[in-house]
Amino acid sequence: MKFARDTWLIFQRQIQLLLRNPVWVFVGVFQPVMYLLLFAPLLKPALNAPTQAAAYKIFVPGLLVLLAIFGGLFQGFGLIAELRAGVIERSRVTPISRLALLLGRSLRDVVSLIVQAVIITLLALLFDLRVFIGDLLLAYLMLALIALMTSAVSYGVALKVKSEDALAPLMNTVAQPVLLLSGILLPLTFAPGWLQGIADWNPFSWAVDGTRALFAGDLGSDKVWQGLTITAVLAALGVFWAARQFARSVR
Amino acid sequence: MIETRGLRKSFRSRAGRETKTVDAVRGVNLQVAEGEIFGFLGPNGAGKTTTLRMLATLIEPDGGEATIAGADLRKDPAEVRRRIGYVPQGGSTWDESTAREELVLHARMYGIGKADAQQRAVRALEAFQLTEYADRKCKTYSGGQRRRVEIALGIIHEPKIVFLDEPTTGLDPQSRAHMWDEIRRLRSDGMTVFITTHYLDEADALCDRIAIMDNGEVVAEGTPAELKREISGDVVLVGLDLAATPQAAQALDGESYVNKLETADEGGLRLYVDEGATAIPQVLRRLDHAGLELRSIELHRPSLDDVFLTKTGRSLRES
Ligand SMILES: Nc1ncnc2c1ncn2[C@@H]1O[C@H](COP(=O)(O)OP(=O)(O)OP(=O)(O)O)[C@@H](O)[C@H]1O
Ligand SMILES: [Mg+2]
Repeated sequence: MKFARDTWLIFQRQIQLLLRNPVWVFVGVFQPVMYLLLFAPLLKPALNAPTQAAAYKIFVPGLLVLLAIFGGLFQGFGLIAELRAGVIERSRVTPISRLALLLGRSLRDVVSLIVQAVIITLLALLFDLRVFIGDLLLAYLMLALIALMTSAVSYGVALKVKSEDALAPLMNTVAQPVLLLSGILLPLTFAPGWLQGIADWNPFSWAVDGTRALFAGDLGSDKVWQGLTITAVLAALGVFWAARQFARSVR
Repeated sequence: MIETRGLRKSFRSRAGRETKTVDAVRGVNLQVAEGEIFGFLGPNGAGKTTTLRMLATLIEPDGGEATIAGADLRKDPAEVRRRIGYVPQGGSTWDESTAREELVLHARMYGIGKADAQQRAVRALEAFQLTEYADRKCKTYSGGQRRRVEIALGIIHEPKIVFLDEPTTGLDPQSRAHMWDEIRRLRSDGMTVFITTHYLDEADALCDRIAIMDNGEVVAEGTPAELKREISGDVVLVGLDLAATPQAAQALDGESYVNKLETADEGGLRLYVDEGATAIPQVLRRLDHAGLELRSIELHRPSLDDVFLTKTGRSLRES
């Protein structure tokens, strides 16, 4: 009960500050729109898809997972600013739950991601993308879990390194290979065997496959539950680890 | 209210390939009584902030124990948090929030309900003369206004003890005087106030009791008056012509109130006495009686800097 209340308190505050910043709202909405509009003409030939709608079924889930990963991974920068302002220290002297300090922030990231995802989905509908609502909701759940994990990890790392100068290269180094090897923008179907072997060890690759299966309306596919399970376990681990950093962080 | 026994903390820091250990706090024993303003005086790097952060449950001590407002620091940090307020040295407000929002949020982080938190915020804004700026973003405040918000945050939940880390650093003399009044008001509300400072006059004028810290250790503890008395008492400087000096020395030597007498090379005397204010009239009478003319008379009271000097061999003003 106290935990839920504490989380809600932090979440509310973070959302309020987010909405107060018009630049963020602008970027958050228009960035995904740009992706769709600029990529749209390239899709069908590039993916060798029979129709525009088929191309979107492959591209849109990848784009959403990409946004979830990046949206989460770079949240740590905001936390470093809060750390520097003394806001985190001020929170840590109160009896508020440490897990709530993390989760309130991560949930804001999840919510803003889902808003982006909804905008993209609606736009894609205009380009003839069709997907069942139930499948779509499960796909959103997958995205939420990814964003929860990446933002929690980003916060945890931020609390550990405590400086933007260290966080930026670290996050980039992690993000690049993970991204390239997940088949997010293009499926790895035609990749050589060794590359696919590596991709099997990349959790995001499983997440993308699962999301694509959902967009394809293939609810029964093993990829769906595999992707959901892997992301759920990793999100739980990430949250657990990051909350511990909130509990013990020094300066 | 606060009792610490052998509180220790060292940090390991890496400079290039070497790891160095800094013993920031090396065994601090303190006793702070209820309802007093307790001052922690020491130069930069003495370990004041580190001690405070340990007492505020922000970092775990390497060794030692502490009881704070009846709660054990190690066994029950959650209870300690509920009973204390803490205002960090480097600020604690968010640029994009207003003072009112910060106050309400902070009260709610202590589990206080929304309506109650809003009322407390109104009262705190009034008490710290912030009502006028209450709904402006914190980034627009002056340093003094912002410091007042931060202190209001630290006491919004009416803790038994509040820790203020350098509450007046960076304030102009007038704002400092205001801040002192506000801190005294906290005491009259029944709060125990624990402040750190490196201003001698602040420790002297504001604090009921002080501990002088240097290099991770408490080197002296007591009321400012006690500490000063302990080292030397007052000094009376008697200005005399060189010719008159030996005679005056003879006249005053052996007077009961003079603890020690020194002759200055260029003429004049230094008299070490317990209580300068009562010694001066007696000196005047004695010299008058001996028919000696004196040029000037000056009372020098020992400062906390003299205390620091005798305890550490350095002056606080220099370090
Ligand atoms: N997180 C840390 N890592 C490494 N060293 C630290 C850390 N925090 C403090 N120190 C070191 O511990 C010592 C005591 O620092 P502390 O901040 O307690 O001093 P202070 O008395 O508050 O000084 P000031 O008056 O400058 O605020 C210093 O030498 C400082 O460099
Ligand atoms: Mg300090």
